[in-house]
Amino acid sequence: MQFFGGSDISPSPPAPTAAGHNANVMYMFNRNGVCLFYREWNRPLRTLNPQQDHKLMFGLLFSLKSLTAKMDPTSADKGNLGVPQLPGQGCSFHSFRTNTYKLSFMESPSGIKIILVTHPRTGDLREALKYIYSLYVEYVTKNPVYAPGSPIRCDLFNTNLDQYVRSIS
Amino acid sequence: MSRASGPRSGDAIFASVERVNAELFTLTYGAIVRQLLTDLEEVEEVNKQLDQMGYNIGIRLIDEFLAKSNVSRCVDFKETADMIAKVGFKMFLGVTASVTNWDADGTCCSIVLEDNPLVDFVELPDTCQGLYYCNILSGVIRGALEMVSMKTEVTWTRDMLRGDDAFELQVKLLKQVPEEYPYKDDD
Repeated sequence: MQFFGGSDISPSPPAPTAAGHNANVMYMFNRNGVCLFYREWNRPLRTLNPQQDHKLMFGLLFSLKSLTAKMDPTSADKGNLGVPQLPGQGCSFHSFRTNTYKLSFMESPSGIKIILVTHPRTGDLREALKYIYSLYVEYVTKNPVYAPGSPIRCDLFNTNLDQYVRSIS
Repeated sequence: MSRASGPRSGDAIFASVERVNAELFTLTYGAIVRQLLTDLEEVEEVNKQLDQMGYNIGIRLIDEFLAKSNVSRCVDFKETADMIAKVGFKMFLGVTASVTNWDADGTCCSIVLEDNPLVDFVELPDTCQGLYYCNILSGVIRGALEMVSMKTEVTWTRDMLRGDDAFELQVKLLKQVPEEYPYKDDD
């Protein structure tokens, strides 16, 4: 999905200066809308308080997903707009791009949503998000003192994530 | 553009994950059950505790399963049961299970294990006849399925430690919970 049409992105934001400054923000939600994780690498402007910001992001994804499923021309079985779907049911989107950023989205069947906001010229990040999911598995779910469903505070996860995100182009 | 590839096979994943010595695994599990029997005294309580422990493992294990198996959706209960048996058991226990005894509406089936590494050295003494030694497994399945929105009831219908010819878990789908918008309008 692309907003503002085509590849002509204008006005164009500064080109990524060097590898490692492509990612802006990352969010992670569970199925209950709890923001498990929020990390910011480059976000010059903040207009909302964090709770509102997280809620808005979750709401955007939730609505966009049900809209994309509703508009699916290939499937007859889509129900009414806004009617809850089973996770994994219906189609979903994986990214959208505006003139100033690109948002990539992944949802696991267990309801973990990973959202990565990057520079608009970054490529397909579906594999990258899968990799981040596997980092989450390694460093968060396997951490015995992490309580599932609570905000993530694992240094190992942060370090590995930072390191990986720097390599995203 | 690289398309998402299909689910990986249980064998492929099993070959690529780190493994522990089977005896260490079996004996560790044995030690846990032994300790629970000492602490809780009642066999019924031990069954419950094992199931709860399994549940707590299951709700974490599901993410590892999904990440490594590349499964992207679990909507159909039949497919899901097949996945558990063919990929899940292979990946985490190194054994393959089969799915049988489907009921007419496809909401209840049996997972049959011919081989079960948990019970390698086990014989139930007379005092523990009511014990479901592998009850942790039913908890794991229940927990994992709950995380993909399937409320299930998992019970043992055959147990080799009680003289049956295989291990059989009956998995009954109670309901599938759709994903709802979690916030109220006013908060």
